[in-house]
Amino acid sequence: MSDLEKFRAETRAWLEENCPPSMRTPMPEDETCWGGRKPVYKNPDTKLWMDRMGARGWTVPTWPKEYGGGGLDKAQNQVLQQELGRLRARPPLSSFGIWMLGPALLEFASEEQKRHYLPQIARGEIRWCQGYSEPGAGSDLAGLQTKAEDMGDHYLVNGSKIWTSYGNYADWIFCLVRTDAKAPKHLGISFLLFDMTTPGVSTKPIKLISGASVFAETFFDNVKVPKHHLVGTLNAGWTIAKALLQHERNMIGGMGGANMPGSSGLRSPSAAAKRYSGEIKGKISNPALRLEIAKHNMNSRAFGVTGQRMADEMKAGAPPGPASSMFKYYGTEQNKRKYELLLAAMGTSALGWEGKGFEEHELGITREWLRSKGNSIEGGTSEVQLNIIAKNVLRLPD
Amino acid sequence: MALVLNEDQVQLKDAARTFIQNKSPVTAFRKLRDSNDKDGFDRKLWKEMAGLGWAGIIIPEEFGGVGFGFTGLGVVLEETGRTLVASPLMSTALIGASTLILGGTAAHKKEILPAIAAGDWLMALAHEEGPHHSPYAIATRAKKTDDGFVLSGKKTFVLDGHVADQLIVVARTSGKSGAREGLTLFLVDSKTPGVKITRTLMADSRNAANIKFTGVKLGANAVLGKIDQGADILDPVLDRARVGLAAEMLGSVREEFERTVEYLKTRQQFGVLIGTFQALKHRAAEMFCEIELSVSVVLDALIAIDENRNDVPQLASLAKARLNDTYFLVSNEALQMHGGIGMTDEFDMGLFMKRARVAMASFGDSSFHRDRYATLEGY
Repeated sequence: MSDLEKFRAETRAWLEENCPPSMRTPMPEDETCWGGRKPVYKNPDTKLWMDRMGARGWTVPTWPKEYGGGGLDKAQNQVLQQELGRLRARPPLSSFGIWMLGPALLEFASEEQKRHYLPQIARGEIRWCQGYSEPGAGSDLAGLQTKAEDMGDHYLVNGSKIWTSYGNYADWIFCLVRTDAKAPKHLGISFLLFDMTTPGVSTKPIKLISGASVFAETFFDNVKVPKHHLVGTLNAGWTIAKALLQHERNMIGGMGGANMPGSSGLRSPSAAAKRYSGEIKGKISNPALRLEIAKHNMNSRAFGVTGQRMADEMKAGAPPGPASSMFKYYGTEQNKRKYELLLAAMGTSALGWEGKGFEEHELGITREWLRSKGNSIEGGTSEVQLNIIAKNVLRLPD
Repeated sequence: MALVLNEDQVQLKDAARTFIQNKSPVTAFRKLRDSNDKDGFDRKLWKEMAGLGWAGIIIPEEFGGVGFGFTGLGVVLEETGRTLVASPLMSTALIGASTLILGGTAAHKKEILPAIAAGDWLMALAHEEGPHHSPYAIATRAKKTDDGFVLSGKKTFVLDGHVADQLIVVARTSGKSGAREGLTLFLVDSKTPGVKITRTLMADSRNAANIKFTGVKLGANAVLGKIDQGADILDPVLDRARVGLAAEMLGSVREEFERTVEYLKTRQQFGVLIGTFQALKHRAAEMFCEIELSVSVVLDALIAIDENRNDVPQLASLAKARLNDTYFLVSNEALQMHGGIGMTDEFDMGLFMKRARVAMASFGDSSFHRDRYATLEGY
């Protein structure tokens, strides 16, 4: 038996033993495990599953062991993901710490910071939020004004952030602050970490067009942050910010792929069209809608194949391409189109707001359709992604 | 298999680019057009291409080919697309060879495949009967006789029809036009009495012909594959043609796009480079994304053919529809972004524009392939 096959056998046995049966069922959105200091677990198995996986480092399988990760190489991680897929296991932990902050810390933080923060992320002990956008700094992120003044033994932070995802639930924030007001805007930004319970921090949820409140406004009023909470070099935070944005864009862009769980079953436009618009001999009865859906699905497939091609090129040693901006742009536009097609296919059945007149998934689609409109805005608008491609890939002049 | 070219394929692509850029730049194609060349392609060049193994690139070594597979043919076709090379690669090396490999008898293969690989014989698929691609809309009839068949009917838009030595004719041996059942493929010498070939001059200056068959007598050995079951060969041949043509179109698209981006970096108006305008930047970036997706689907489809995967029909429709749409977009945008100069015959953008529309109409336009894809996927 090869080492990898041995690893597979051990992994399978451990998962069979440790993955609670209720964690092998499709996950309703309100059972997503975000971890943190003040979690609410609708199902106690959620915490058990997170704790067991976290203790093994398998919430972050490829991170080094000394930082709380699983220390797995690519091949082992692939085996782990296959075995998790075999059980249809739920993700043990969803977190901005894993998707965004962790990779940035691995690249830019001091050894001491890595040993302190990364294991907490791996075990789901701290729920992180992102302090990037400000009321006056959206697409022009580098124009941010929240300032951190050097007070000798600490920084004093004043200002406000907006679109802080789950800011009102988070324990800590990774935050872009201006530390040099005189420097050109990209060169006066630093990357700070601090506790959301620090005196002077407050949040206010923002109600969206979908009715949900997944974002908050975050205010800083004379917040004292110890100096060792600075990541990387003072005034060089923009480099970290950009690297982290790439992780964020990959995460958001991934939603447009054909293989996303949301694209099958009740959320597949072709299935919805058959059910709500009718079918004739197995074909969607509305021919115009049918061809629109086919075009969309073909684009999704092409998008999925492109993700696979880029991954294969990287494995073959090609340098990382312009992937993240292209994926963010194309993926989010695809996701928006998918919801517009679901609405077209379902008619008024996808326009219910609440109450008993509609099935649960129908009401879900109404809200998801509205939520999807933000995909091409958050994490850098589609227009910003096109600017990045024009500048960094096509090298068009400024 | 990984979605990357292997070392041999990368080498082939580099060699093909060097050869084609040197031996057959766009000026060569212009010369054929402007001299009203009677063949519409360069026979000497074709011999050289055959010498490089390209005429027999998908033909197994036992029949005189190099057995390099569809991915190999695809990278060569892509490079020919960059300079709009008019050559029998599609009609003969791809379609002719594929039909014989999939449907020919041992005797056919032994006789014809080596002649194709050597660049000696040219082939043409006589299939379409109307202005839109429609695989089973075949009214041309082949009536059974005591010692063979008698063929009558009309074909249109036969690629390389007027230079072909051998025609592969799709005819009906039973059933009505539109039915998949009842089609039979015949190998017909183009000099057989009753075959009347008329060259048609297309906007893209590539070769095509109308062919009329009047009581053409064929021996029983003219049949390729099984009688009435010709669609079993025709369908996979058409899929291969769609993917190959998509590869050629990809080369044209990349060439046009690269030239256009370069133009945005050199043309000045209002005292600045026009590439500084966001209205143009965004459109260029959108084209870039569409082209990246196009690269992926063409490669995936080529590899799928080589691996004999069962999703080749879906991937062929995906690749052809996507390249239709991308070539449409890029040919329009390239001309618009070049402004007035793009409208001149002296400039190449018009040549790509004309080629785009003929290529889009060949082997199925986008609505044909979206309809087919939806059917294949069960909706």
